[in-house]
Amino acid sequence: MPFGTYKEVMALKAKDSKITGISQDGGVVTALLCYALDKGVIDGALVAGKGEIPWMPKPVIATTKEEIMACAGTKYTINPVVSVIKDAVREQGLEKLAVVGTPCQIYAVQKMKLYPVGARHIPDKIALTIGIFCTENFSYAGLRTIIEDHCKVPVDSVTKMEIGGGKFKVKAAGKEVAIPIKETHKYEQEGCHVCSDLTAEFADISTGSIGTPEGWSTVFTRTTKGKDLLAKALADGLFEKKSMDEFKSPPDAKIQTGLDLLGKMDKQKKDKAKKTFDERKAMGLFVTPEILY
Amino acid sequence: MGIMDTLRSLFGGKPQTAAPKAPEVKKEVSPPKKEEVKVTKPKVAYVHLSGCTGCLVSLADNYEKLLDVLLAVDSVYNLTLAGLPTVSPTRDLPKEKFDIAIVEGAVCLQDEESVKLLKEARERAGLVVAYGGCSATGNVLTNSRGGQWNQPQHESFVPINRVVKVDAYIPGCPPSPEIIYNFCIAAVKGDTEYLKPFMASEAGGYHCGCDLNTRIIQNSLCMGCGTCAASCPTRAIEMVYGRPSFNNIRCIKCGACSFACPRNFLPVNKIKELMV
Repeated sequence: MPFGTYKEVMALKAKDSKITGISQDGGVVTALLCYALDKGVIDGALVAGKGEIPWMPKPVIATTKEEIMACAGTKYTINPVVSVIKDAVREQGLEKLAVVGTPCQIYAVQKMKLYPVGARHIPDKIALTIGIFCTENFSYAGLRTIIEDHCKVPVDSVTKMEIGGGKFKVKAAGKEVAIPIKETHKYEQEGCHVCSDLTAEFADISTGSIGTPEGWSTVFTRTTKGKDLLAKALADGLFEKKSMDEFKSPPDAKIQTGLDLLGKMDKQKKDKAKKTFDERKAMGLFVTPEILY
Repeated sequence: MGIMDTLRSLFGGKPQTAAPKAPEVKKEVSPPKKEEVKVTKPKVAYVHLSGCTGCLVSLADNYEKLLDVLLAVDSVYNLTLAGLPTVSPTRDLPKEKFDIAIVEGAVCLQDEESVKLLKEARERAGLVVAYGGCSATGNVLTNSRGGQWNQPQHESFVPINRVVKVDAYIPGCPPSPEIIYNFCIAAVKGDTEYLKPFMASEAGGYHCGCDLNTRIIQNSLCMGCGTCAASCPTRAIEMVYGRPSFNNIRCIKCGACSFACPRNFLPVNKIKELMV
């Protein structure tokens, strides 16, 4: 089944302009986390915040709306968010934790719930998982090479990065640079190539830009917990909502849009994972047996 | 086939149709009523070798859920808990066969008593479970060099699979209360899907943080989630530029990081069950 199991899919955009002003796309993650915090559904969230090095994220345990807002926006490199889960629960005493992560980080958390070998008293503290669509990730040096060597922009002047329409786009002080996404492929981290999960199939709620126009996010609810939270947020007028049918590509369109596009990219990722898996096996290397799904 | 037979066949052993020995009931002409069907609790012996009892304490840290575990089994031998209402008061390993031997602690090769106890447990138990880092991987005792009071001759403390065949490993120092609970309940319910990763031979035997390097990073499988760093009980793993970096001196060789790594094994089918 494409996109894994899900209950609903829709296009959302946060109404709060303070959030959409700083967020990557529709501000779904930021708005939902702030809402969940307000309503007591969570008492903290593990997110990707700004580190000391420009555009090198660090895992942050955010417990206020201000802290969550400060971490808005996508960072296109590795943020080992799961590494601080024990600090959040065991040191800061958080009991209802949200985790925001890429698909691989979400399944890492789900595995931790099932096999918490070194995760004492953590499984029942994970209240919410929000997955972010991910085609692949870059190492920090890879990202920096893309920005400085390919886009020719100093990394510390960058204000926003995004991937869309086959381009890697960088917004920096006074200018915008876009390079074909193909140029960035060689900097993808190798571990991403065995991953068959684009849409965070094991999160309560997963979201990303693919499938919706600029300023909007595609959102899947996958569990009752995720569905209920989003239903409440919608009832409280947190988001503008559209049906994904609105973004459907016309029957003879050359460039696909909406769920057709997402489905195509999902399949591409799954096919690539299968191919890489088989190649590694043929070389006699160890590959995570259950990684293809 | 009962639960124990299912487990035995799963762990590669032969179903023992004769054991566990249920009290013989004379067959009567009328079929037994449904309410009278008795579930035979697995007979469990808890064998304590060279360990700190932290694993048992971790089990107790399930608080009220501890009762689920204690009441689900027939505790035939457990020196530390002997005297509890549900635990046999015996101070000796039962002479007759039992179902599961849970072994905590590494085995000291210079300690005849320990080796003998372990071997006897293996002979009499249907399944041997290496419970906790010391038993499963050698853990911090891997660093033992002997020459210490009060038994200077006790030099080598090794994971129990060097001496006997082990059917399942639960690594971690200590394994979290939740994983012990999950393991016990899965074993009693016969949830073989859940138990599979514990039986993999990779889960036991000598382990080190470096295994993540050789098995995961060197096979370019690491994607930098940080689960290993979170799972490490001694903070020997730090995430540096999206990859684990090991402090080898601090690593106690418990094996938690490898077991926790989602790129080592990924329980997709079990995760799917969570998606409701």
